[in-house]
Amino acid sequence: MKFKTKGIFQSRDSFLIGLAAFPLILGVVLVSAIPTVFAIGSAFTDLILGINFDWRFIGFDNFSRGLRNELFLESFKIGAIWSLSVSIISLVLGFLTALLVIQSEWYSILLKFGAMLPWAMSPVAVAILWQILLDPASGPVNGALRLLDLPGKNLSLLGDFNTALPVVILIGAWVSLPVVVISLIASLKNIRQELVEAAQIDGANNWQQIRNVKIPHLRPVITSLFVLNIIWNFNSFGLVYVLTSGGPGGRTYMPALFVYHESFKYGNLGYAAALGSIITLALVIVLGAYVYLRNRNEVVA
Amino acid sequence: MKLAWKIARSIFAISLIIFFFGPLYWLVNTSLKSPIELLSDNVQLFPKGFFFGNYRDALDKSGIILAFFNSLIITSVSTILIVMLITAPAYYFARRKNQLTRSMSTWILVSQVFPVSLIIIPMFLTLQKFNLINTTWGLILVYVVTNTPFSLWLLRSFIIAIPFEIEEAASIDGANLWKILYRIIAPLLMPGFVVVTIFTFVNVWNEFFFALVLLSDPEKSTLPLKLAQFVGAEGRALIGTLSAATVMSMIPAFLMYLLIQRKFSENLFTGAVKG
Repeated sequence: MKFKTKGIFQSRDSFLIGLAAFPLILGVVLVSAIPTVFAIGSAFTDLILGINFDWRFIGFDNFSRGLRNELFLESFKIGAIWSLSVSIISLVLGFLTALLVIQSEWYSILLKFGAMLPWAMSPVAVAILWQILLDPASGPVNGALRLLDLPGKNLSLLGDFNTALPVVILIGAWVSLPVVVISLIASLKNIRQELVEAAQIDGANNWQQIRNVKIPHLRPVITSLFVLNIIWNFNSFGLVYVLTSGGPGGRTYMPALFVYHESFKYGNLGYAAALGSIITLALVIVLGAYVYLRNRNEVVA
Repeated sequence: MKLAWKIARSIFAISLIIFFFGPLYWLVNTSLKSPIELLSDNVQLFPKGFFFGNYRDALDKSGIILAFFNSLIITSVSTILIVMLITAPAYYFARRKNQLTRSMSTWILVSQVFPVSLIIIPMFLTLQKFNLINTTWGLILVYVVTNTPFSLWLLRSFIIAIPFEIEEAASIDGANLWKILYRIIAPLLMPGFVVVTIFTFVNVWNEFFFALVLLSDPEKSTLPLKLAQFVGAEGRALIGTLSAATVMSMIPAFLMYLLIQRKFSENLFTGAVKG
């Protein structure tokens, strides 16, 4: 007797499951899809935060204003630098960590456990933690710099024009590591052992095994982690809000912070929605490029 | 050569371990220092003794305890609601491939792109219309809505991992759908439920942005919000109290993390990352 995989449920059962799923689907449409459409729609209005909704349609005015606003463009650039650097650094560090974890040495368990720690912390806690670490007087980072008599030993690393963004990027990478490390460990474990052994028999050294066997195998996971990290970090808010509030002098003024100030500090909801839409459009292009490349690679492979 | 490589690896591993654990160690270290130690300009790697005054001060600071319980209530209610809501749909999504499930999965991927700072605008206006701004229920509603897609996706990947043949076999033996769900799927899915519950709990517990925008009444503040306000006000001056409060705020999420430490490993994110 042959069964089609879907044929085992009677149509009545199928209907019941669909019925149970229906409220949620309706809910997602009502409170996620419609608000998104509404948010993009309000970008074309002069909506202002207030008790009553008074608005009129003003076309692309908000968009052209946003694209001519040098502060926003600067913030967009900072966001791009930040999300790209964080994605790259967390991928490199995460890959090295994952390689060390699957070695099963004495440090493997510690590394895996440690890399996961930031996952359980709120962005506020992370920000406080690093503020205390980077305190120029009592913090251990400046303490170590003083011990080694390095430049910047008495500098507030979060408050200095030149060091603020790089330091915040490093903290961002620390926060992004858990997802990267766990995903890469899983994929590394999925590499068939025969492949690695075959490479060893052929005389490949460690570096060649990594380059010619492991990285090609991990490529799909690495690309999707890269793209997701860019998207998540470009939109990240809480960490920088508490850590630097965009300072010093706007050096870490991320786009999400910019949009938040525009909407809930100055109350320009329509304008803020337009800025948010510009960000969304940029990220959709990144995501679209990724989906296109993935589909093309699947066809080739 | 082999030995040199091994040593180099160990040194690198040790520096990574310091990078991962060091910051947290320093926070706990600071929280255990007495006011005199905190004032000294020397960097002290170890506290001179265990001084719990900072913890007492943090608890005395009006609001921290209240914020802790606010967070606990909001997080528990949201998590229970989410897990209840997603179970049937997750099964549906795992076992069906039709236009509906396809468009929903596309939506879940696309919704990652929209900045919360954009989404919050219509949410804020809607909640304002129903007088839900600055209410616990309004925030719970927002958490349920925003966390559902990812939690559903996670649970779905656990259901997919259960071989469909088991259900087929049970069906041939004459079990109906509800028997299959309760007797077969539910027990096999227990680890999945645990992971999804804890994952959702930690996400909601640590959420900051929506709480910042939607809650203005200090009586209703969640813990991250209260901490952020504390840093903004006097926290920079009271480093000991601040670090003690931060340590306490992390305890529930860390307990959760320890619970799923083992299960955490392998395929937790793969399902999500592969999409």
